[in-house]
Amino acid sequence: MQAGWEGFLYAFLVGGAICAIGQILMDSLKLNPGQVMVILVVAGAVLDGIGLYDPLIRFAGAGATVPITSFGNSLVHGALAEMKLHGLMGVITGIFEVTSAGISAAIIFAFLAALVAKPKG
Amino acid sequence: MPARVRQDASDYQQLAQSHTPSRPILRNTVRAFLVGGGVCVIGQIVLLLFVRYGHFSPKEAGNPTSAVMVLLSVIFTALGVYDRFAAWAGAGSAVPITGFANTMASAAMEYRSEGLVLGVGGNMFKLAGPVIVYGVVSAFFVALARYAIQHL
Repeated sequence: MQAGWEGFLYAFLVGGAICAIGQILMDSLKLNPGQVMVILVVAGAVLDGIGLYDPLIRFAGAGATVPITSFGNSLVHGALAEMKLHGLMGVITGIFEVTSAGISAAIIFAFLAALVAKPKG
Repeated sequence: MPARVRQDASDYQQLAQSHTPSRPILRNTVRAFLVGGGVCVIGQIVLLLFVRYGHFSPKEAGNPTSAVMVLLSVIFTALGVYDRFAAWAGAGSAVPITGFANTMASAAMEYRSEGLVLGVGGNMFKLAGPVIVYGVVSAFFVALARYAIQHL
């Protein structure tokens, strides 16, 4: 990860570019946001499979870890890490290992939000 | 179908098409770029705070950063701010992990009226589910491919 102000610049440029790609997919193929998220997750998994996503994270920091593509990347990371230890079975046991934080946080906070907040509009 | 009706139908389609707003791709893309980039800069700030004050390595700090971004997104969704912001930002608000959390929180809130178990529990993943399903399935095949390459 880049230190100093360049880190912010690269995070902005790379994160913005991934979102811009998402918007272009949405508008040109007339997709809804859910479909675009699915495409980007699969893209992130494939990019990690061929070893391209980690260099992007080293370059752009949160610019590469905050977009949903990193979810696909983390799923593959978890699977590959456990695969090294336990072989094929590790693929199944490891898939959610790295993404646990994001998914657990989303389930817990979304549940609490439903308890305390009413939908607006 | 009589010719007259067919004529009307095609007229109607033309009329409807001329009134459908064309999607201004360039403007939308610029907005998505600016907002998406901005969300990632906030993420970068959170990440650096974890590195500096939480004693995480830059590599490990990604996970707690995701959790904080999810929390922020759920708070703004509960306040009703995120959806207004999403209408302007398009993919800029949907593509970051905050958009994923937003779909879960808004589905949970919306179906609260149908009860805690079947309403909130049953619908929380209504929009986020496809992302998890396709993410896990594609990760499975990518890992399988890596396994095959290593062992052939």
